Amino acid sequence: MKDYELFTEDTKAFIYGGQTAAAQRMLDFDFMCRKDEPSVVAMITPERGGFELFFWGTKEIRIPRITSITQATSRYPTADVMVNFASQRSAYDVTMEALNTDSIRTVIVIAEGVPERQERILAATAKEKGKWVIGPATVGGVKAGAFKIGNAAGTMQNIREAKLYRPGSVGFVSVSGGLSNEAYNVIARNTDGLNEGVAIGGDAFPCSTLLDHLLRYEKNPDIKMMVCLGELGGTAEYDIANAVKDGRLTKPLVMWVTGTCAKVLPGQVQFGHAGAKAEIAIETADAKNDALRKVGITVPSSFDDYHEKIEQTYIKLCDQGVITPAEDFMPPNIPMDYKQAIAEGLVRKRTGFISTICDESGEVHNYCGVPIDEVIEKNYGIGGVIGLLWFKKDIPVYARQFMEMVLQIIADHGPAVSGAHNTIVAARAGKDLISSLVSGLLTIGPRFGGAVNGAAEHFLFGFRNKLMSRDFVGQMKAKNVRIQGIGHRLHTVENPDKRVELMKNFARAHFEKTDLLDYALSVEQVTSQKKNNLILNVDGCIGVLCVDLLRELKFTDTEIDEMIDAGLFNALFILGRSIGFMGHYFDQRRLQTGLYRHPLDDILYDVPDRPEKVG
Amino acid sequence: MAQKGIREYDAKRLLAKAIPEISGNKLRFNDELVLVSPETDLAALPNEHPWLKDQRLVVKPDQLFGKRGKNNLLLINVDYDQAQAWITKQMNRQITIKQTTGETSGTLTHFLVEPFVPHDKEYYLAFTSEREADVIHFSTKGGVDIEEVWDSVVTIRVPVLADPAKVDIASHLPDIANQGALSEFIKVLYQIYCDFHFTYLEFNPITFLGETIVPLDTVAKLDDTAAFQCAKKWGEVEFPKPFGGSNTKEEAYIASLDEKTGASLKLTMLNPNGRVWTLVAGGGASVIYADTVVDLGFGNELANYGEYSGNPTTELTYEYTKTVLDLMTRTPDPHGRPKYLLIGGGIANFTDVAKTFTGIIRALEQYKSKLQENRVQIYVRRGGPNYKEGLENMRKLGERIEIPLEVYGPETHMTRIVSLALEEVSR
Repeated sequence: MKDYELFTEDTKAFIYGGQTAAAQRMLDFDFMCRKDEPSVVAMITPERGGFELFFWGTKEIRIPRITSITQATSRYPTADVMVNFASQRSAYDVTMEALNTDSIRTVIVIAEGVPERQERILAATAKEKGKWVIGPATVGGVKAGAFKIGNAAGTMQNIREAKLYRPGSVGFVSVSGGLSNEAYNVIARNTDGLNEGVAIGGDAFPCSTLLDHLLRYEKNPDIKMMVCLGELGGTAEYDIANAVKDGRLTKPLVMWVTGTCAKVLPGQVQFGHAGAKAEIAIETADAKNDALRKVGITVPSSFDDYHEKIEQTYIKLCDQGVITPAEDFMPPNIPMDYKQAIAEGLVRKRTGFISTICDESGEVHNYCGVPIDEVIEKNYGIGGVIGLLWFKKDIPVYARQFMEMVLQIIADHGPAVSGAHNTIVAARAGKDLISSLVSGLLTIGPRFGGAVNGAAEHFLFGFRNKLMSRDFVGQMKAKNVRIQGIGHRLHTVENPDKRVELMKNFARAHFEKTDLLDYALSVEQVTSQKKNNLILNVDGCIGVLCVDLLRELKFTDTEIDEMIDAGLFNALFILGRSIGFMGHYFDQRRLQTGLYRHPLDDILYDVPDRPEKVG
Repeated sequence: MAQKGIREYDAKRLLAKAIPEISGNKLRFNDELVLVSPETDLAALPNEHPWLKDQRLVVKPDQLFGKRGKNNLLLINVDYDQAQAWITKQMNRQITIKQTTGETSGTLTHFLVEPFVPHDKEYYLAFTSEREADVIHFSTKGGVDIEEVWDSVVTIRVPVLADPAKVDIASHLPDIANQGALSEFIKVLYQIYCDFHFTYLEFNPITFLGETIVPLDTVAKLDDTAAFQCAKKWGEVEFPKPFGGSNTKEEAYIASLDEKTGASLKLTMLNPNGRVWTLVAGGGASVIYADTVVDLGFGNELANYGEYSGNPTTELTYEYTKTVLDLMTRTPDPHGRPKYLLIGGGIANFTDVAKTFTGIIRALEQYKSKLQENRVQIYVRRGGPNYKEGLENMRKLGERIEIPLEVYGPETHMTRIVSLALEEVSR
């Protein structure tokens, strides 16, 4: 590569930082330039490795993420550019590290607010090593048809309109990055287009100067004329005047220094750039424009003539045969991003996912349309929230209270039941909360705690078929099916279960009708006559009362069957008992109990001497 | 904004702490300093700083302006009662000072009080920074406008990559008494200058008290972008606004909006009776629009300078526009002439032009009758993402509110609307 070239069509670059949007824009530019390969070889992101997916036209490609500059340069020794998106705090260290590698030759520093002393050290270091730093505080620049730095040149539409996908004859350099699009537009409209454009950044001591880049353009035979936009403050523009005077710059140069309005502004007006402040007379825009004019640089009388001067200079060079206007071509289309196409209403797509119980995509997330703040302010409680999320209904207060009563009643039933026991064993084996909880939950089923659904189902069968309780019991017996929700280990007719009593009383006090409960109790009369502990138990009571409640809340039989089928009534048991299981887990943790091992004397070993041989 | 002036008090406070540290306690620096602000209880001050009662004192305003002697704002060799009386008299006084850059008016609010040091020799010492080197300036002819005796100034250039601790100072200094102590002192000061991210440090004059250096007058700037690494070194350093920079109510309001957002909103009033008003997107473009008004000879008609950028929300552009329109339409031109509003901007990178115009359009709509009353004519020029829709919305607005409104896109040179408007103004 020639010493005056920083970027060519073959330039390979690293992006330092996770700026995927900027990287995609660079790739889109490459694609539009009809290049064979993307210019970005890797992103350097200390926080993680792996890869990132990008589009190359319509195709998806992987670009690696590498966690250090050293690894990146050893994997990609031909990459000689780094676009450095590191923050103000680390921009200096990262740039210094890159300058100290063998392979990275040009670093573009995007961050604003890099301390001046650090900038000056970077500039001096780069110079010492024969390397380049563009910035800090810059959007970068673009080499038309070859390479684009990060976000420079804006959207693909801008790039297309300013014909940046192919080189023209004009070299441009400015202080400001914000105006570079405007400048590229002016150049595209008044000449055969930009060859290379750089914004050096608005700090007082940018690492490379306007003159540094103009001297590169001077040496580049593809660049026939130069356009420059300076700014008040500092004295860099005098270096340009001197370079013209001593013959280091000979190509036609159109230049304007902005900030001529400073003289009518009160002394303290702050322009955007750190360097844009004239401390003394020679730093004013007027003084600089005069000095440039004096050495023969084409300086318009105001920015309003800037484009005309550019056009005149260009036409003259064409007339002289210095410029043969660059040929144009239709650049390939860059597909629009899906997000943008959606925003503009250009495409639609079927969803693969649906939610009808809640929506968190709005400003305040809601449960079935009730904003979360209203849920709290209006005291929906756990019962109300279950109504919203399980039944998709705003259920009345007594129904919420019933749900909460059920949850409280079934929250725990001692350490001996299979679920709690499992939780404790898992906790004592050193397992974490979720493993221990799940270990307990996995025992819930037809034999443990899962009878709520079954009871609802069985009693509904009898009730709907208008079976007399005796006939119901008989039919079940004939089918050899145990009636779910009947029977208790300890409690009897004479010694009723307090929990069942509480629920029955609540239902009688608040429900309009308790048809299924009444039916279940008539069944209980039959079964308890056979044995006095064959009574309606907790699971059974919950099951039948849930059905009574849903009937009262105007759910249809079909809906109720759907819920039973989905296991919704068991859900109450699972939810409530999780409280107890987690209690047991925390209890074991606090007690620091050791690994559980079942006592040997509690195990009958009945193993044959030898196994039976088969086959 | 990088280079920022700090109070003489802060500069001396930083140095008094740093010099003994850096020099391994070989060098000392006076740390008897007090900054008086409008909140200071002058009567109670000596309890905290007993030296105020024991010594003769120097008092001067500490508000980032020089030439205090020439402006009669320097009180020398007084006791505390005199100092207190003088400060009480000067506090909150409106003054106009003459400086090389012109006259500035403002209110006195901060004073530095320090011990008076009788002396005969007055030297000049300054540290400045250029792109490739730091420059140390020294002269035995201090205490005067240094420009007048510039021939006497010795300059030592230290390349940026040189080690500050190994700089040869002594061989450059003129042959004066205390030369050894002086070069040691300069070397330590230079290390602090680098390490503390000073961008400017000037002592004029500076003198000797035996072997100790005493700076009489100090001007300093720090690089405020280095705050992230200098928090501990600097302590509670303040970056006061330049003297006289008082804001109008509307300027202060825009500044307050600016502070609350990541976007940028700036407004400076130049001439409320001016007939050319600007509402420009982008820092660079806003300067060029103002430039062009001035360059075409209508600086006296330019009413405001300002910009909005960094993708402000619709609400913010609405507030910003409303503030400008309110100022613009308070009183119609006494001669009944039209006023001109330039809604300008370059080609945006990623900002959605149609979206940012929404807030502007809303405000214009609201000010319909006032705009008509003031015979306002509007010129729009903008490019960038979605600009066609934005410009079309503007065009429709003009018809809706019945205001002359011309709309241009990127095919028209950015500042063309300035000359279009000014052709009207000069008619």
